[in-house]
Amino acid sequence: MTATRRTTDTLVIVIVMLLVWQALHQVAGSTALPAPLPTMIYLMHAVASPRFAENTTTTALELAYALVLAYAIGLAIGVWMGAHRLSGVVGEPILVALYSLPKITLYPVVLLIFGLGISGKVAFGALHGILPVALLTMGAIRAIPPVYLRSARSLRLSPWQTIATVLLPATLPEIFTGLRIGFTVTLLGVLLGEMFASKSGLGFLIINDMSLAQSEDMVTVAIILFAFAAIANALLLWIEHKLHRRV
Amino acid sequence: MKNSSLPHEVHAQVAGVTRIYPATGHHPPVHALGPIDLELGKGEFFAVVGPSGCGKSTFLEVLAGLQKATAGLVTFEGKAVSGEVADGIGVVFQEDASFPWLTVADNAAFGLRRNGIAEAEVRRRVDDALAFMGLKDFARAYPSQLSGGMRQRVCIARTLVLQPRLILLDEPFGALDAQTRLLMGDEVLNLWRRTGATVLLITHALDEAAMLADRIGAMSARPGRFIDVVKTGWPRERDSTIVAETAFGEITARLWERLRGESLKALGHAAMPAMAAE
Amino acid sequence: MTRVGAIRFAVIVGMIGALELACRLGLINHQTIIPPSEMASTLVTLLASGSLNADIARTLGEVMLVIGLSVVLGFAFGLVIHALPRVREALDPFFATYYAVPIFIFYPVLIAIFGLSAIPIVLIGVATAIVAMIIATLNGLDRVPPVLAKVARVHRLSPVTTALTLQLPAAAPYLFTGVKLSVSYGFIAVIAAEFILSPTGLGRDIADAYADFNNRRMYALILFLLIVATVVNGVLHALDMRWAERRSGGRS
Repeated sequence: MTATRRTTDTLVIVIVMLLVWQALHQVAGSTALPAPLPTMIYLMHAVASPRFAENTTTTALELAYALVLAYAIGLAIGVWMGAHRLSGVVGEPILVALYSLPKITLYPVVLLIFGLGISGKVAFGALHGILPVALLTMGAIRAIPPVYLRSARSLRLSPWQTIATVLLPATLPEIFTGLRIGFTVTLLGVLLGEMFASKSGLGFLIINDMSLAQSEDMVTVAIILFAFAAIANALLLWIEHKLHRRV
Repeated sequence: MKNSSLPHEVHAQVAGVTRIYPATGHHPPVHALGPIDLELGKGEFFAVVGPSGCGKSTFLEVLAGLQKATAGLVTFEGKAVSGEVADGIGVVFQEDASFPWLTVADNAAFGLRRNGIAEAEVRRRVDDALAFMGLKDFARAYPSQLSGGMRQRVCIARTLVLQPRLILLDEPFGALDAQTRLLMGDEVLNLWRRTGATVLLITHALDEAAMLADRIGAMSARPGRFIDVVKTGWPRERDSTIVAETAFGEITARLWERLRGESLKALGHAAMPAMAAE
Repeated sequence: MTRVGAIRFAVIVGMIGALELACRLGLINHQTIIPPSEMASTLVTLLASGSLNADIARTLGEVMLVIGLSVVLGFAFGLVIHALPRVREALDPFFATYYAVPIFIFYPVLIAIFGLSAIPIVLIGVATAIVAMIIATLNGLDRVPPVLAKVARVHRLSPVTTALTLQLPAAAPYLFTGVKLSVSYGFIAVIAAEFILSPTGLGRDIADAYADFNNRRMYALILFLLIVATVVNGVLHALDMRWAERRSGGRS
């Protein structure tokens, strides 16, 4: 009963948003903002076009590389700062300060170091993702109740057994939260990278569409990116809830 | 100053009061309280004991005017109380209700300032109340710097400055350790004597009730009703050393005899609602 | 300074020193990174010349406008949504997903609608920052202890007095978290928007300097923005710590 009502209410809000879109279209005109319905029709065709497929592949590839880097470096920093108390206490405020900086200012530096190709965008994406992964991993390790370690010792577990059977299961839910947030900001970093001085990827496509006044294409790309990010996040959240419930 | 043993003037009256929480969603209605009849004498110290979730707090809130009775009548100083807290009633809650953003002195002054009392008078009354509650040295401290017992004193001081004639205490020492509770008991007795106010104390501790009150109402498991009202017969001048008296043991024993079955009921049959009420 | 603080300071100074040394020794190409001392001296010269003043005023003005709008409107929306549980339930999925989608890619769409001016920049800034404030307001109002409502009734306070003297201060720590996030998000979005596409502003300056291979100017501007953002975030953090200490010594 209440679940259906909530779904209806959410649908009402989606409809209101579509109406606002339509109204904005009326005010701004077709060249600036296409109406919802023609955009949806356009979307169906655009998805199949080779131009779209090429740029999607680029973005997906960059995102994959950036995630591997962000996760590997972030986890390494997080484990180190979580296990070594002094490093953690010294480093945490530095990481927190870096996290809230406008990292876009560092993009030219990244480009100067890694070049204008795919590696610059990958590095910039990874730069975004490393911090939340490191911070949440560190938090997860620090939050392990000391009694777990005492229990492990009283059961005479080897260090490897302790990690595999106690530490990893105890920290996994929290670390996974870091990986989810890392995914979100890495995607943002990659797209920001593509929007500046780039010749490929979905971020580039949006900027290019804007300068060519191809607003239908631009809105289409934005919608597809929103949908992809929302679905990926929902999936990761679902796994995260399962992990949290188990603990 | 009146002695509780003298024939008393009725200060507050509860007549045929019941409280039924209406059904919500898939929960059936809950008959929480009553019917209850009680007369509180002016200047009397009355304690209510009973098992967890029996409706003690509901009773206090109905008497305070925080909840409306489903049926029956509550009067305070001859006027009906219904859904609004009457002037002259002070309430101290079980939860820590001190305001963490105000100093101890500002906490105590809260009600007076809302009533637009002149600042000089506010300061005088706050100083008095803080001195009385032993908080004088902490006037400029924030509640977070104090222990739980001290914070509860801040809440009592905040009530005291308004010079209430009926003070309702809802398990105010529930979260404190046993020794602190004994000392806080002495302070409540002191406050009761000094102000001449009528005091109603809700507690789950039989010894606390037996030590403090003139009369003790033993409440049944839900729906809460008085199954016994015990007169303690203590003199007005008394303190926690009363626990050494033989009568103290007798009163506690009698209360436990009446409540043992009710507590078992509350544990077994109503374990879930009792937990929800915590 | 505490021992930890001293170590932290030493780590930061050491890292800057190492960068300086690596640049000076030629381990790092001058075309890639210039020595930090050169960044600083260029920045001082630039600031002294006054040539940056207009762009600084413009960018910081936009950032402040974004923060002001986000905090005030976010709080107002938060209050309204909190009062309407059904609307809130319906909006919950959107709030939960909002920061998981790259809202920023909407910036070019805003340019297409409003033209290349300050309007899309402020709008994308507000869009990025305001939801954090709304969520923080909802959180804060949720965490107001229920006993405060009873206290309000014992003192016979009017709804407005209750809101101002009890609910607002009780929710204040959460509201401040919202303000902090709004500041940080507002800053990030405005700078990013300027950098990627805008007629003026510090972000645009950096992009121009990069395109002109003017590394000295570029690094000086980057340094300036990083200092401003760090100082602002640091001040907010310090305020937060000070209030938190006073308010939550022994509390959960």
